[in-house]
Amino acid sequence: MAKSNGAKPGVRTKTTWGNALKRDWQLYLLLLLPVALVAVFNYAAYPGLRMAFMDYKPIKGFAGSEWVGMEVFKKIFQDTDFIRALRNSIIFNLLDLLVGFPMPIILALMLNELRFMRFKKVTQTILYLPHFLSWAIIGSVAYTMFRPATGLVNTLLMNAGVISEGIPFMNEKWHWAVTYLLVGVWQGMGWGTILYLAAITSINGELYEACIIDGANKWQKMWHVTLPGIRGTIVTLLIMNLGRVMGSNLERLTAFDNTQVRDFQYQLAIYIYQKGMGAGKYSEGTAVGLFQSLIGVVLVLLSDKIAKALGEEGLL
Amino acid sequence: MAKKNMEATASDGSRAISKFHISDVIIIAVLVILCSTCVIPFWHLLVKSISSDMAVMMKEVFFWPKEITFSAYSKVFSDRSMVRSMIYSVVVTLIFTALGMIVCTCAAYPLSKKRLKGKGFFTFVLMVPMYFTAGMIPSFILMFNLNLIDSMWVLILPLIYSPYNMLVMKTYFQSTIPDSLEESAFLDGATNLQILRKIVLPLSKPIVATLSLFYAVGRWNAYADHMYYIRSDTKRMIQYKLYLLVQGAEASISASLGDTGGATNVTTPEVLQAACIMFVSVPIIIVYPFLQKYFVKGAMVGAVKG
Repeated sequence: MAKSNGAKPGVRTKTTWGNALKRDWQLYLLLLLPVALVAVFNYAAYPGLRMAFMDYKPIKGFAGSEWVGMEVFKKIFQDTDFIRALRNSIIFNLLDLLVGFPMPIILALMLNELRFMRFKKVTQTILYLPHFLSWAIIGSVAYTMFRPATGLVNTLLMNAGVISEGIPFMNEKWHWAVTYLLVGVWQGMGWGTILYLAAITSINGELYEACIIDGANKWQKMWHVTLPGIRGTIVTLLIMNLGRVMGSNLERLTAFDNTQVRDFQYQLAIYIYQKGMGAGKYSEGTAVGLFQSLIGVVLVLLSDKIAKALGEEGLL
Repeated sequence: MAKKNMEATASDGSRAISKFHISDVIIIAVLVILCSTCVIPFWHLLVKSISSDMAVMMKEVFFWPKEITFSAYSKVFSDRSMVRSMIYSVVVTLIFTALGMIVCTCAAYPLSKKRLKGKGFFTFVLMVPMYFTAGMIPSFILMFNLNLIDSMWVLILPLIYSPYNMLVMKTYFQSTIPDSLEESAFLDGATNLQILRKIVLPLSKPIVATLSLFYAVGRWNAYADHMYYIRSDTKRMIQYKLYLLVQGAEASISASLGDTGGATNVTTPEVLQAACIMFVSVPIIIVYPFLQKYFVKGAMVGAVKG
């Protein structure tokens, strides 16, 4: 790896390590800090993955705990809690993708059609905002809006006589699923437009001119020029998002937590937090984390391959 | 004449205002609705936070305050632990951002050099953590062994190196700073560090601003690590305190009568809760519009793969 990077063909000949160190010792010195940090805080955690193959007891430590091979994995795959968490994670991530992915594209196309620059700027600023708020804030705002008896939405609907009893937006699992997903879309939609808007600006203006000469209307322009123009961005982002299907966000899930929705809210991050940490089942927690990480790596590698096969720029 | 018109259309997408299509109306209407979903909740909270407990309990407060009082805010500000936590959060965020930028530069600058021997190896070592993490439990054991549990530093040190931010910075260095500039400085006898300090960093102010914001907002908003590593109240950042407060209120509602009895049985009265949410949100809401352009810039650079 190091060999091929040493020299630019035709500019310099291959440098030896001695020369490289002499010339760039300051650069290596700089690298020492980040390398030390990842060594201490990332790589040093990897040996802890042994716990997934042990019956780890905190009191006995690594030395005293027993090796059990794949027993822990066998156990978690028979654990109904784990299966539920896994199922919920995958389903909700796919639904997130299904409802969340198209929204920024639609929004970007709409913003692109706007002719009033001032209005466009203000709209963008407002729509980006939720991306910068913590899940603690978003969760508490959601509760303020959607509580059955006192939430703003329910109160307004009841006052208008549309409903006689509050809708349990956050307190019944099916309603909760919809709220959870829509709030997720709401949080990400504005910020998600940025890359599409950038891609739209880089579309060659002559294409639009040609379109107009051919007598195309707004929709035809959008369909035949704008959308094909951002196809690459769409594909890349879609693949990247597919790579995250195993992810699980503890903050988002806990911010929407309450006792009535545990059936759906119980996802992998919650499993690891409650079983692994709370109940002290370190081995199980580690095994689930490892499983999640490994699937994540495989998905990223796969996404990269697919992107490249489709002629798009890879991710790695 | 007609051609001129067309050119105008193509270059900036604007047509004569007289042609106001129905589609424009629809688009504007949709965008206004979407924007209002971002504004109304906070307006409602603001209004609630300055209304009287009674009016809120009677559900009379919607979009305009009733019986204006700032007692909730005076309660928040006289609550030592909230104010302390806010200051603590600012301190942690500042330290985190400063250290993060140092580490980021230390990683990004050398790796932006094509000539660096061993570049591939170092890039690999520094990028692996982005794709493969050990997971929460091994990390917890590690922090425990490092004796960092329940210390301020556990909120700072593990996260100050960010592979993503490093990539953004590296990409920026490579794409905007001409090699020739550095080469001429090199010929004049400048060392690598001098080039970094005197030439590269001054030319990189925009990306330094952007990444500082990424670091700051990232630390300010994150609190999952608190759930694992932080035990004592004095070490909690403000977002986590808000989370606990709202969750506590929610748990007590769910537990008692399945939320039919109104606001009377909430441990944290709604007005106070609204004031707390505003207290925690306002810093971001105020600074954000001014800093937005830097965020956008960073997101774009980040999209161009390193």
